[in-house]
Amino acid sequence: MTVPTPSQTVGPFFGFAMPFEGDAHAVAPGSDGAVRIEGQVFDGAREPVPDAVLEVSDGQQFARCGTDAEGAFHFTVRKTPYLDVLVLARGLLRHLATRMYFPDTDLSDDPLMRLVEPERRHTLVASATKGGLRFDIRLQGEEETVFIQL
Amino acid sequence: MTEPDFEPPYLFPDYRATQLRAPRRELVRLPDEWFHHRRGPAFGRVPVKAGDSDLTRQHSGEPLGERIILTGRVLDGDGRPVRHTLVEVWQANAAGRYVDPVDTHPAPLDPNFTGAGRCLTDDEGNYRFVTIKPGAYPWRNHRNAWRPAHVHFSLFGPQLASRLVTQMYFPGDPLIPFDPILSSIADARGRDLLVAKFDPGTTEPEWALAYRWDIVLRGRDATPSEG
Repeated sequence: MTVPTPSQTVGPFFGFAMPFEGDAHAVAPGSDGAVRIEGQVFDGAREPVPDAVLEVSDGQQFARCGTDAEGAFHFTVRKTPYLDVLVLARGLLRHLATRMYFPDTDLSDDPLMRLVEPERRHTLVASATKGGLRFDIRLQGEEETVFIQL
Repeated sequence: MTEPDFEPPYLFPDYRATQLRAPRRELVRLPDEWFHHRRGPAFGRVPVKAGDSDLTRQHSGEPLGERIILTGRVLDGDGRPVRHTLVEVWQANAAGRYVDPVDTHPAPLDPNFTGAGRCLTDDEGNYRFVTIKPGAYPWRNHRNAWRPAHVHFSLFGPQLASRLVTQMYFPGDPLIPFDPILSSIADARGRDLLVAKFDPGTTEPEWALAYRWDIVLRGRDATPSEG
């Protein structure tokens, strides 16, 4: 029998175990083509989620960042059309998956976007800021981020 | 044939923290090749040293508690070993206290125990940790709530869909039936998948009890084929 082992929450006490040196930087900050992404995770009461850990990847790049007291996280990655994003947190019995598109990615023919109601598509697209990109994640409620069924 | 699926729901009100964190909108179902079959994170940047799998030798002295061996195989959805994949574990000490500064439970810290380990599976998909048995600890989910003893596990596997973060429990723990986190898995067969078995064959005389716990990741290592 090869039934998949079920998931359980990452809990609140991963902060001494999951981080590693340079974990948030898939590429060195300031290196050629490096982009800084910043954002916050919010719950259904619009409160920041201080005990989440996010992982971003695109097959080649991988980075991990825990949220701080303001629910804030940051990554440094090389530019790519999009990143797959996993969200783990206390209160999430299973991690959530979503996708962050870079703002200038052509989405007119994107297979995921075609499955998302037009008024929710913007939750998957980072916005350009002075220092890089901004991408917030809303777990629940108004402006809830589009998540992908695992 | 559809595999049985014992995954917990996102919203399970008895586990209070799910109430404001579970998404309420329907999740988007994508064809597997658009997301699930994408290559999993290249975790090579996560440092793994040989000594990282022995949590009892990370300090100058030995930690207090019952020394145990935790071992098992990591398999894919076809029952094949997942080789050389990263396994991360973390846990409370024997008194039920985490090193993590967020933990305020008034139980003693152990200067000889951190409670975090890493290893890569071998050619047959085996992992092996030496640690001490974690203690139960209280949490504020409801009145007199106590977590059963558990070890957190994090695994990557070959595909995005293989990523698994879960908890391993110990057989015979009287707190198991009262735990809302484990009870979020509705089917007893699914809950049993998270309980290790005492392993007399791996237990080392005059040294340490062993527990065996096999892990099955979603997805397949091989080129996807239809049929």
